[in-house]
This record gives sequence, C-alpha cells and structure tokens, in this order.
Amino acid sequence: MLQDKDRIFTNLYGLHDWGLEGARARGAWDGTKAILEKGRDGIINEVKASGLRGRGGAGFPTGLKWSFMPKQSDGRPHYLVVNADESEPGTCKDREIMRNDPHLLVEGCLIAGFAMGAHTCFIYIRGEFVRERERLQAAVDQAYAANLIGKDNVHGFPFDIIVHHGAGAYICGEETALLESLEGKKGQPRLKPPFPANVGVYGSPTTVNNVESIAVVPDIMRRGAHWFAAIGRPNNTGTKLFCISGHVEKPCTVEDAMGVPLRELLDKHSGGVRGGWDNLLAVIPGGSSMPMIPAYQCEHLLMDFDGCREFKSALGTAAVIVMDKSTDVIRAMARISYFYKHESCGQCTPCREGMGWMWRVLSRMAEGRAHKREIDMLMEVTTQIEGHTICAFGDGAAWPVQGLLRHFRHEIERRIDEYSANPHPEPVRVAAE
Amino acid sequence: MAVRRLADPALQPKSFAFTVENLDWAKGEIAKYPEGRQHSAIIALLWRAQEQAGGWLPQKAIEHVADLLGMPKIRALEVATFYTMFNLAPVGRFHVQLCGTTPCVLRGADKLIKLCHERIGEPLEVTSDGKLSWIEVECLGACVNGPMAQISCANPSATQVNYDYYEDLSPESLTKILDDLVAGKTVKGGPQVDRQLSAPVGGPTTLTDPALYRRGSGGPRRDQALRDAATKKPGEPANVREAVTPKPQIDDSSRRR
Repeated sequence: MLQDKDRIFTNLYGLHDWGLEGARARGAWDGTKAILEKGRDGIINEVKASGLRGRGGAGFPTGLKWSFMPKQSDGRPHYLVVNADESEPGTCKDREIMRNDPHLLVEGCLIAGFAMGAHTCFIYIRGEFVRERERLQAAVDQAYAANLIGKDNVHGFPFDIIVHHGAGAYICGEETALLESLEGKKGQPRLKPPFPANVGVYGSPTTVNNVESIAVVPDIMRRGAHWFAAIGRPNNTGTKLFCISGHVEKPCTVEDAMGVPLRELLDKHSGGVRGGWDNLLAVIPGGSSMPMIPAYQCEHLLMDFDGCREFKSALGTAAVIVMDKSTDVIRAMARISYFYKHESCGQCTPCREGMGWMWRVLSRMAEGRAHKREIDMLMEVTTQIEGHTICAFGDGAAWPVQGLLRHFRHEIERRIDEYSANPHPEPVRVAAE
Repeated sequence: MAVRRLADPALQPKSFAFTVENLDWAKGEIAKYPEGRQHSAIIALLWRAQEQAGGWLPQKAIEHVADLLGMPKIRALEVATFYTMFNLAPVGRFHVQLCGTTPCVLRGADKLIKLCHERIGEPLEVTSDGKLSWIEVECLGACVNGPMAQISCANPSATQVNYDYYEDLSPESLTKILDDLVAGKTVKGGPQVDRQLSAPVGGPTTLTDPALYRRGSGGPRRDQALRDAATKKPGEPANVREAVTPKPQIDDSSRRR
C-alpha cells in the first residue's frame, strides 16, 4: 500500500492552504533553481528514467515526448501547452490539482518549459471549470508576484504562463483540436503529421501535456527518478490519481500506486461496491472511451496500463466507473454513445454520422426493439469508424460499444427475445435507419 | 454533433457594444497573446459578451467581438455556434446545466432530469417569471460528486456571474436549491452532503499522516480566489523580488523525514 509520505498531491482534498505559503510548507518551489541547473538534458533524462507515462489517457512516455522538441530554436518560439480540458466522463482528477494544489502545476510548467526551451506556457482549462480557473489564475499571479515566474525571475529563465479557457467542447481535449481552439478557431483536430512538436500552436514547436503529467514532475525531480520508478511495476511506474465513481458506497478521488488491484482500490478507499463485491456487474477502468471489463475479470485486474490491456481495455485516465447488478448496462452504454454523438466535431463523416447511428441502434437495443443480426451489424460499424477518422475520438467512441457487445451480447439477445415474445402495436423496424 | 442556430431575429437586440470596463478588460485579454495572434482571445471575449448580454449571445454581440478582434464575422459565428457553453437564445436568470452523462446517471441523475421537467419545463424553456431555465449537458468533470449541476446565476445588478457547481444532489436538495435561488437567498455551492470536496463521505482514507504537514500549511484558507476581471496580464515584469532565505537541502535524507 502506498504510504502517505509517498503521495505527491498532499492537498488533494483542499483541507490546507492552496496558496504559495501553504504549498511551500508542503514542499513545492523547494530548490527549483537547483533542478533547472541540471540542464535540459538532465531533466529530460531524469523524467525518462522515472518511467513517467502521460496521465491524459494515451500513456505516452512523457520524457520521450519532451525530447521530440527541437534542441535549437530555428527562430520560432517554443510553446508548452498544458491540457486541462478534462472532459472524459468519469474523470475529475485535474480539477482537484488545479483548485487545491495549483502550485505543483505552476512549478511543473516552469520545469517542463525549461526542459523544452519554451518561454511561454498556455494552460487550456475547460470552460465549465470557472472556479478552478480563478484559483489557478490566482496561483499564477502569486508566482508572478513572488518573482518565481515572469520575465526576470529568480530562476533566471524568462517564463510566462497564460491561463486560457474553452467553452464546453469535449473534442478540445484532443491535442490538435486544443491547439486550433487556442488559436481562436473551432476545435477541429488537425491531420498529423506534421506533429505539434514541429508545427503546433501558431505554427511553432509545441508540446501538449496533461495537468497530472506536469504536476508530478517537480516531485520526481526533487525526490529522484528512482523513487518514482520504485512505485508500481516496471513500465507502469509512479502514483496515479484514481477517480472512483458510480455504484460504490463512497465515490472519491484518491492517489494510489500504479498497479493497485481494482478490488483493493475500491474496498480501501470507496467502501467497496454497493451491495458487496458479488453485486458487481462491470467496471469501466479508464473513462468512458475505454471498453468495460465484466465482474469475473475484475477479480484479477491490476490498475495500470499493462494490467488493463490484459483484459482488452486500457487505463486511460484511471477513472473507474463502477456498475452494479442493478445497472441497465445497454442503456448506460447508449448514454455514452449519445455523449459521443453530441461531442463529435463533425469533421469526419464516419464519426459524425456513425455516432448518431450507433446511438439510435443502441437505444433500440436497450428496449429490445431490434434484430439479432443488428448486433453483428453494429460491431461491423464500430470497426468501420475505428481508425478511419482524423483523431482518436472515433476509436474512443467505438471501443465502449465493442466492449458492450463483447461481454453483454447475451443481455442484448435476451432483451430482443423478451420484446419479440410480447405483442406490440408498432412493428419492429427493419433497417437501422 | 449538436446543431446550433442563432436565436430568432425577433429576439435579437438591435445593437451591442462592450461597456467601458468590459472593453478595458477585453484589451487586457487580447494583450495576453503574441502580436498578431489576437484571435486567440475570442472565447474569452464572447464569454464576457454573453455575461454582459444577460446570459446569452445575440448576433450583434458576436459581430461586435469579431470587429474588435479584426476577424471575419463568419469565423466568430463559427466559434459561437461550435462551443456549447455559448447560449444562442435567452436563458433564465438561473440557468441550470444538469449533467446527464453515464457516471451521474448511475448515481441518480434521471430523477433530477424528471424534476427539472416538472419544475421548470422543457429544456431551454424559460419560466414565465424569467428566473429559471435548464438544459441537460454532457459530463462536467465532477463525476465522483455526481449527480451534479452547474447553475449560472446572472445577476445584472451586481454585474457578477456565478458558475458554482452543486454536487452530490438528490431531488430534495436540488428542489431546495432552486427554491432558494428563486427566493433570492444565497446558496452554498459544492457538495450538498456532509463531505469535503472529493474525499470519501466520512473522511479521507489517505493523507492522514500528520508528518506531512509538520512544517505547517498556513492553516485552512477560505478567502476567495481572484476574479477574472482582476487577472494580471502576463508579460508584466513582477516587481516583488523573492526574499533570500536559506533553503533546506534537497537530498533524499531531508525529504524523507
């Protein structure tokens, strides 16, 4: 079990001062100058050695991502963009960092910016987080006032942080859509390549990182890569914020070690599944884009990147959505499909049209008003969407439906049988619109 | 994707211009971005225009912002119709944005949706007294505190808008919140049950080791964060220099305590 002294976000619940004074007492901004003196390569190598993988969902090694930035500027400025557009259903970890421990993020921005030669950092925070934005801006202002960041700061590396906000578009969490939005356009993802490390915001080299990935960096640098790498399993190191929502006794956000068994995580922090472990139906381990894992597989599920992949799912943002046996699982997935239908940016046809199609078919399946052959047709359509769109949104919308079909096909069939066994005034529609 | 159109021409005001304070604020906002990249400020400016117009974006306001930023009107219209937090038609003074995505539904958001239908009416329909309207929105990022709603309270007299989250709702607590808001009482945001933010009910299971806070943490801090209007412009050299204080060593032995 992870001990309190190894936790990074010591003010996760806002019980202490979020401001500069309190953050310093808890260890933030301690020896930052000495960290910067390790040099760009020193910092990147340390982050690489820690095994930190991006906390925004894809799990890409953070140090490696930083090393993609050009070593020498060709005249264009470098930018660091922090992705605080946290909108994945089930995920609410960055919110806690920004409102309760904002100085860890601000300090992390300085270190990360230094490591990639970026003198300007944009923090793109979702529009709905108004209170969190005010808090973060206040922390940035405190750092400016204490001369920790700014044009001529005590660290000798000119660095500006600009807090930018969106206005309610899930797709802006996709890195290139975020850059488009930051430039004042509709948030529609860009084709890659060129990758943001070459052509990002304003056509300049840019790295986009999740809030949590950046906020853990100061502690990794202070305590050393070996400390971080010693937590969890190889390739899945460090601590992670888990958001436990849905049918548990006490939903909560908590920091624990990577690779913690799901059952231990639920029992220890959230009082267990509502009605006991045997009442578990399925969990979605990493936010709504990831396929669900049925209860019989959850027994041995380890909560890290490789652990979830073993069960054909993924850790994503580590947002555990728990569903007990009272859940109408088809309806729950139909609602997730509706979410994707609503949030599709409309750029690629398979996604724009496919999302609505999947939602309509799933809604009918939730009532049982469908044909059994439509189950295979739906599976076929998800594979037509997956991998055929500009960004990963299409994949993220197809996977949860595939997860449902993989594990709960019997439930859909049962419902169709039940429906057709009873007389209905309306005939069953033949095609799926 | 959501199809969103501008409000009926009959509802559209004839003109719109930022007030002097808002114009000053807007200029500061534009100055945050690099030279020639002032388009980046569009979301912030549209947002402020929406606040000034009483919670929704008239066509004239969108065009005013486009002119201010020197961008084609169609680009500003694209942005205004793309982002769902911009209300394109008038809303009530208290606009309830109720989360209806799966994690909240698992915790009982359905009952709240039913309640809003009964209490307020159809989504985006404003009650006859102009005080309430509601809409079902997608995930607002407070899933461990579900079901939840964000209520925008436009208060024209104080030129202040409140966007608090109301979390851990039940039909009873939401009814009470709506009643209190309509009656003009102050309502406390955050969790509506006995709970510290996102910690489990009954107290945190972690971060209980007092050694973590041995160096003090300044005690609980309850003061308000700075508001948007008071934000500092980045790029200004900060004029307060940090006092030189001896720093503890950063080797492992002193960190581990």
